[in-house]
Amino acid sequence: MIRVQNLTKRFDQFTAVNNLSFDVCPGEVLGFLGPNGAGKSTTMKMITGFIEPSDGKVSVFDMHVSQDPQAVQTIMGYLPEGAPAYGEMTVIAFLQFIAKVRGLKGEQAEQRLAKVIEQVELAPVLNKPIDTLSKGFARRVGLAQAIIHDPKVLILDEPTDGLDPNQKHQVRELIKGLAKDKIVIISTHILEEVSAVCSRALIISEGQLLLDGKPDELERQSRHHNAICLQLADEYADAQQQLASIDQIETVEAVAEPEDRTFMLFPKDGQMLLPEVVRWLDDKQWEVENIHLEKGRLDDVFRQVTRAQTV
Amino acid sequence: MTFNMNMTTIVMQRQLHSYFATPIAYVFILMFLVLSGVFSFYLGHFYEKGQADLSAFFNFHPWLYLFFMPAIAMGLWAPERQMGTIELLMTLPIGQTNAVIGKFLAAWVFAGLALVLTFPMWLTVAYLGDPDNGVIAAGYIGSWLMAGSFLAIGSCMSVCSKNQIVAFIFTVVVCFIFMVSGVPMVLDSFAWAPQSMIDFIAGLSFLTRFDAIARGVLDLRDITYFFAMMALWLYFTQVMLQRNKAK
Repeated sequence: MIRVQNLTKRFDQFTAVNNLSFDVCPGEVLGFLGPNGAGKSTTMKMITGFIEPSDGKVSVFDMHVSQDPQAVQTIMGYLPEGAPAYGEMTVIAFLQFIAKVRGLKGEQAEQRLAKVIEQVELAPVLNKPIDTLSKGFARRVGLAQAIIHDPKVLILDEPTDGLDPNQKHQVRELIKGLAKDKIVIISTHILEEVSAVCSRALIISEGQLLLDGKPDELERQSRHHNAICLQLADEYADAQQQLASIDQIETVEAVAEPEDRTFMLFPKDGQMLLPEVVRWLDDKQWEVENIHLEKGRLDDVFRQVTRAQTV
Repeated sequence: MTFNMNMTTIVMQRQLHSYFATPIAYVFILMFLVLSGVFSFYLGHFYEKGQADLSAFFNFHPWLYLFFMPAIAMGLWAPERQMGTIELLMTLPIGQTNAVIGKFLAAWVFAGLALVLTFPMWLTVAYLGDPDNGVIAAGYIGSWLMAGSFLAIGSCMSVCSKNQIVAFIFTVVVCFIFMVSGVPMVLDSFAWAPQSMIDFIAGLSFLTRFDAIARGVLDLRDITYFFAMMALWLYFTQVMLQRNKAK
């Protein structure tokens, strides 16, 4: 288990991380969400022992990071922001270097290297210098070095940044495949990633923890939770006002995209109103082109909580 | 943090690998060999002296090192900070001490290699006369120890700046100060000071120490001095690394 207690980091006048506390258990994939400069990377740097906290402490499986960083780093894999790697080295030489540092030898090293190269699909570039790789490959080299020793704890700072959609998907599958008994912490500002891979999300802004919950719990806090998106097939007079008169509907907003005659119906208190709405439309004999239920939008929640903070 | 030979070796190998990843290392060694030859034969009057020793060769080493060693050392840390790989290096279970020593050793081995490749100088004197090989061996050892001290200073300066060129210039300046502290011109300007202080200043100089060894006198105090210089500047490297790594 990772236990972060009252973690604080101050740089001169600026407080990057402010009294942050949370626990992460094996099997969890924790997503750090937050605007740029929220303190996500700084928190990760403290968990991995790269920088010292100004206050508070981090322990990983009861080992204190500040007291024995090497012991913690041994069971940890870390992809720093931007996936730094020695550019003049070839991919294979770099991975062999990491394997050596990780104490992998002989047969075992060969096997782990082969496995990781297959997992992140590095085979085509093994003998190329890292400097010459595309951003996607460079990022995958960073991932490979982080997982080469099959670590119990994996810390990934923006693992899918700069990847194309296929590569993103692939990396997410990889993370999901890993996570069974590991602790995984990823930071991201891509909200769909949280729903896609995380079992739990923390929203951080200005160094403080604002929300902590499962992605669907967070989505439920969105005003779009159980909202109904309705596209009418025809023009009806005063459609918006009429829709707003449905029982338990809070407000109706006209949505210009993707087409006209589309409305977003927000229920009171996030209630499930789809059956009522369908019945109502039936009564009115309005033709419907398209109707669907919104699960809730993480970006709503994200904006709500992070904006409130800024104000 | 404890010293771990295995980790130190891994870091050293990687650093050496990175030296030889580009042709710069080979050009560098070639330049060193050519210049050390030119200095010995033209400025040192190797032939005209008519002595079967390498003093003409060794006498110019401090001045050659003043520019060559900072160039070797400048790349130890500055690029790691520039490229962000320092975050990777410092979060691998290596340990700072091992990283500092490993990188330094790579630079020192590299310098040693350049020095070993000057062996034709020794072959030349051995062919022309009957040199005292003990004195020559002492000269090589002293030269390598002095190179280590230059490199340790360079290692510290390389941690202080993200810019290799800045690191190079600072190293040249600091090394220069440690060299000229033994030159009579500098010592004369301290004529007002008590003799013990003048001795101390002279004792800080690479030149004073190296001259003794190059003459074949392997005094334990001189050897200790060079090792102490290396230890001290590597300690400074680690202190500065702790302060600067995340900046």
